Amino acid sequence: MVEHTVKSYDKELDALERLIAEMGGIAEKMVIEAMDALANADTVLAHQVVATDPRLDALQREIEDMAVMTIARRQPVAVDLRELIGAIRIAGDLERVGDLAKSIAKRTVKIGAEARVPRAIVGLKHMNEVATELLKDVLDAYAQRDEERARDVWERDIDLDALEDSVFRDLLTHMMEDPRNISFCAHLLFSSKNIERIGDHATNIAETVVYLVTGEPMPTERPRGRAELDIDIDAAGGDV
Amino acid sequence: MSNEVNAPRPAKPPSANKDKVIVRGLNFYYGENHALKEVTLSLFEGQVTAFIGPSGCGKSTLLRVLNRMYDLYPGQRAEGEVLLDGENILSKGLDLNLLRSRVGMVFQKPTPFPMTIYDNIAFGVRLYEKLPKSEMDGRVESSLKRTALWNEVKDKLNASGLSLSGGQQQRLCIARTVAISPEVILFDEPTSALDPISTAKIEELLDELSGEYTIAIVTHNMQQAARVSHYTAFMYLGEMVEFNETNTVFTSPRDKRTQDYVTGRFG
Repeated sequence: MVEHTVKSYDKELDALERLIAEMGGIAEKMVIEAMDALANADTVLAHQVVATDPRLDALQREIEDMAVMTIARRQPVAVDLRELIGAIRIAGDLERVGDLAKSIAKRTVKIGAEARVPRAIVGLKHMNEVATELLKDVLDAYAQRDEERARDVWERDIDLDALEDSVFRDLLTHMMEDPRNISFCAHLLFSSKNIERIGDHATNIAETVVYLVTGEPMPTERPRGRAELDIDIDAAGGDV
Repeated sequence: MSNEVNAPRPAKPPSANKDKVIVRGLNFYYGENHALKEVTLSLFEGQVTAFIGPSGCGKSTLLRVLNRMYDLYPGQRAEGEVLLDGENILSKGLDLNLLRSRVGMVFQKPTPFPMTIYDNIAFGVRLYEKLPKSEMDGRVESSLKRTALWNEVKDKLNASGLSLSGGQQQRLCIARTVAISPEVILFDEPTSALDPISTAKIEELLDELSGEYTIAIVTHNMQQAARVSHYTAFMYLGEMVEFNETNTVFTSPRDKRTQDYVTGRFG
């Protein structure tokens, strides 16, 4: 894109983009490590994940302050305005991703030495891989202002919802097999919900990227598998 | 006004708009210099249309065509069609005085006449109408009220118009224009010589006057165009690059040149 006549304007926008990239890197790492900690009962790593979160919060605040300042100073319009609003939104989503990863890490600490069901965690790990992939792809889409790639992430979130459904059934089975599994599996259940939400935030970011690039908002209806509704009905009426 | 909050100045849907002025295939020449090239657009009745673009792009020229101001200078000519309520104002036999009573103009620098505040307004009215004193008093008062100047000057109507502050002088000029009940008002950078508070008052006035009058405004202040207008026309090198709803021009302009200009990336 052509540069602004006022060079410092470009510098401010570039700085914002770098901060978003930094947040994205940290959030991604937190999501991966939270799951590693859970899978390997690694409480040290879990504590590290929890300790990383304040950095993400601070970055979000920095991005917001900077964007607000730029809006006040430059009265941005058109693509610049979309860039700034986009930065504020994406920073908010990434901050939430960090919180969700932190929440998984905290569960690892809470579970501690409780009885574990290694088999139960396989599906969750797979979910986390998919979520991490969505996050990575959407951050790339942002960095390259790639509308197509963002739309792709938006559509792929359905896969994650479907996976959550199967993980849910899987965990129910483990709990019914042996009540001693219930505590551990309940923790995993909450974690799977967290991972699903991470996917939702990736979808939000995808919507922001599309808006940023095209100036047109995405449809308000997000792609959603029927699964989410089905399992609740099954759970209430069927198995439980 | 359900959408008053999220879109303070919504443009009417295009279907609801009535053309007040239609410019079609307009070309303008300053001697050899081709200043406007095949410009086509409409000014919609009761709506504010802003003209933006870098210096020399032709926006002031276009404004000067709309009330044949260029006729005052030799060697300047316009070709094409400019229809005011369907009548071509470029035609030779047109009564210019009548045209200018229908299409008023306010300039960049306030231009009060060197006479009393009262006469500044009455002068223009007398050119077109013979009114008894009491009616004239009423016309002066209503014009000054219309432009939110009445409370500031009602006790000194016999003071010179030049004794007012710059912002007041500009509002006096607008009152003078409004007094002869034009249908279209042209503003050529009406606030570029004013402080922010006077500017805000003029913008408030534009808001008040829209609906009743069809307004065209040339401005170098992009944010002003975004604030006061329903439609925005971006001009460059004598061409009409983009004409669209103001909300669109300032959030997602269609043309790359428009985007570069409104975001400050030009040249």
